Amino acid sequence: MGAYLTRRVLLMVLTLFGMSVLIFVMLRLVPGNIADILVDSAGIADPKEKAKIAAELGLDRPIFDQYLQWIGGLVRGDLGFAYVSERPALEEIAPRIPISAKLAGLALFFSVILGVPLGVISAVRQNSAIDYLLRIVSLSGLSLPSFWLGLLILMASVQWFGMIPIYTNEPRGFIDEVLLLSIPAAAVGFRSSALIMRLTRSSMLEVLRQDYIRTARSKGASQTTVNYVHALRNALLPVVTIIGIEAAFLVGGLIVTETVFNIPGVARFLVEAILWRDYPIVQNLVMLIAFCVVVVNFLVDMAYMALDPRIKYAD
Amino acid sequence: MRNRLAIIAGGLAAAVVISAPAFAQKQGGTLRVSHRDNPPSASIHEEATISVNMPFMSVFNNLVFFDPKEKINSPDKIVPELAESWSWNDNKTKLTFKLRNGVKWHDGKPFSSKDVKCTWDALRGGDDKQEMIRKNPRKVWYKNLKEVTTNGDNEVTFTLEREQPSFLSMLAAGYAPVYPCHVDSRVMRSKPIGTGPFKVAEFKRNEGIKLVRNPDYWKKGRPYLDAIEFKIVPNRSTRVLGFVAGEYDLTFDSDITFPLLKDVKDQKKDAICEARPTNVHTNLLVNRDAPPFDNPKLREALVYSLDRAPFSDILTQGNDLRGATMLPPPAGVWGMTQDELQKLPGFGPDIEKNREIARGLMKELGYGPDKPLKIKVSTRNIAIYRDPAVILIDQLKQIYIEAELEPIDTTIWYNKVQQKNYQVGMNLTGAGLDDPDGVFYENFYSTSDRNYTGYKNPEIDKMIDEQSAMTDVNKRKAMVTKIEQALLKDAARPPITHGVANTCWAPAVKNLVLQHNSIYNGWRLEDVWLDK
Repeated sequence: MGAYLTRRVLLMVLTLFGMSVLIFVMLRLVPGNIADILVDSAGIADPKEKAKIAAELGLDRPIFDQYLQWIGGLVRGDLGFAYVSERPALEEIAPRIPISAKLAGLALFFSVILGVPLGVISAVRQNSAIDYLLRIVSLSGLSLPSFWLGLLILMASVQWFGMIPIYTNEPRGFIDEVLLLSIPAAAVGFRSSALIMRLTRSSMLEVLRQDYIRTARSKGASQTTVNYVHALRNALLPVVTIIGIEAAFLVGGLIVTETVFNIPGVARFLVEAILWRDYPIVQNLVMLIAFCVVVVNFLVDMAYMALDPRIKYAD
Repeated sequence: MRNRLAIIAGGLAAAVVISAPAFAQKQGGTLRVSHRDNPPSASIHEEATISVNMPFMSVFNNLVFFDPKEKINSPDKIVPELAESWSWNDNKTKLTFKLRNGVKWHDGKPFSSKDVKCTWDALRGGDDKQEMIRKNPRKVWYKNLKEVTTNGDNEVTFTLEREQPSFLSMLAAGYAPVYPCHVDSRVMRSKPIGTGPFKVAEFKRNEGIKLVRNPDYWKKGRPYLDAIEFKIVPNRSTRVLGFVAGEYDLTFDSDITFPLLKDVKDQKKDAICEARPTNVHTNLLVNRDAPPFDNPKLREALVYSLDRAPFSDILTQGNDLRGATMLPPPAGVWGMTQDELQKLPGFGPDIEKNREIARGLMKELGYGPDKPLKIKVSTRNIAIYRDPAVILIDQLKQIYIEAELEPIDTTIWYNKVQQKNYQVGMNLTGAGLDDPDGVFYENFYSTSDRNYTGYKNPEIDKMIDEQSAMTDVNKRKAMVTKIEQALLKDAARPPITHGVANTCWAPAVKNLVLQHNSIYNGWRLEDVWLDK
């Protein structure tokens, strides 16, 4: 197990290194840089101004030097300066991480807390009215884009309650924050919950037809025990995989949800930084996301072992 | 057309009512405003967008200012601000300002003539002051400024190369605040220091801008508001819903299009909405340096192909204004009347006749129904640019031009235009000042940094200089019309329509006066108060 973990950690480091090279090169392949954009935003046609800004920001140096400077800084915890705000990138990124992390966590929580039980109910009540209803709900979840759902929620709130649940001021406490983030989290988590629900249902249906389920029933185990102890645990393996994948995909959902609900999180900030070619922000944020995805994948693999004792990672 | 004039006239009438003296102003409160995007920086001198002017103008003062109580910016409506008075020498080449005593910057340092000198030394591109501002989009405004000299702490003189009646107007624009000499340019871009009625408390990207009352403001009793909060809300639907729900007291400038106006009025019956010209006009960019549009006849055909009514009807429910480069009256001080416009090529009411001329020119060049000219119409990939481009493509079919839309990522748009890597482009041009010097020098003068199409015409340069020096307003107006005609004939950014849009506010917001010939002016907000 120890050797396996060492191998995984090394692989994670290697993946992150590959990602860093990829991000760095891709960003520089995209046409236009911050000097172009800063000058163009003022509608100026002066190449000298662009060259001056490019030199000021070190963009005229060889690309390899620029990469070494970034990666060296990253290792030391120095993320450089944001080009647009001219403030340390860390100061720009750090306050936004908790906001998006809470939103993503809450969205994932919603999707699991809704998706798994409803998937089980749908499976054990196969072809009943409630199964049909839940299938329609899950189909809607997959078909409704989260930005559209978000806008519908906002419009309904204004129309019926005369208020708008958007992020205007920093929340004043835990309850305030949960209330503020719940609605956008539900909007972004709805799609994932639909996916989890459908997968849990099909996985449960497969497991419920297994011999050991029949054996458990014949031994007199209650319906609840059979469903939730014997069947669900075994049906959860593919669901956990999907939860892991969805956690990574949540970032995409967060971009539109943060925009619609006006949440000053990392995802919206990343899009803005890409538009401005604010390399220090984009590079560091994408690295952070890559790190999260790698860690989530690792945790999913570890969860397999916890869920199914037959799974062992060889040394 | 009658509708449009009625809207403008209504706006002006409302202006009279709104700008009437208000009584029992209340002190205090926070004005909450929605903002459409992240301002590129907080430095007004370095930018060219309303996204910067609207939130940051109230941080600064000018030497002189267009009277904020007046809707129309005009040279005879200029009032003192940091200057207490001003005077010209006999040959009108030296403009001397007596400065206000006891004014302090927000950091407590005293304001003096040195600050005025170093601001304009930097703006006119003096080598020793260039580090004060990183970008200088309006350098050409000050091409006639020879030097700035101080005489003690409270007097400053601007020496011009020649007479320039518009010079004072340029100093009165929102784009001409006085900067502090002692503050680093990086600070001016992120948390600027001014002498204005409000101080910057916070500028957080993607979140908002918070301004707080300057307790040491030189104008006693002002401002009325304790604070102004601009919330950055990039999604327009969210911004509008936020205003309807009472989350914001004021919408972003010109944010409410005519199709949206009905929704806003339906859902928030007490909202006060004012339509006004934005002084931003849609126009064509024609690459005259490469085939096929290096041929003047083809450019002329393009000018005759345009039917402006569908642009206005489709995009703004018929509310846009018809004009040439300068904003047309009644809001525009220098633009041509509708009668004068009708005489311009392509502006006549008989569209079919215009297009017949265009088709004739195309046939002369060997094009026809069986042999159409194939081109690309490039534009920024933003709806306000793309939508008129699509209408243009449809109209070009009428004169044997088969055009294809080429949407360009906004980050490389100007680069593409500067490199002349396009055939025809759809463009928007805003005027920071309703003045021929501001508009012509910026966009058409051959040495202007903002002349991004690289338009060079020595005759036009000469005419621009000539009108700039004219002191007789009527003669100058005639010359301005002549320049507009020449530009149109040369297909230099042929104008399509001038925008009109709505800004809305809650009834509790009092004393807000929107200026009708430039959205970039009038955001000092020191007289605004909240009746809450």
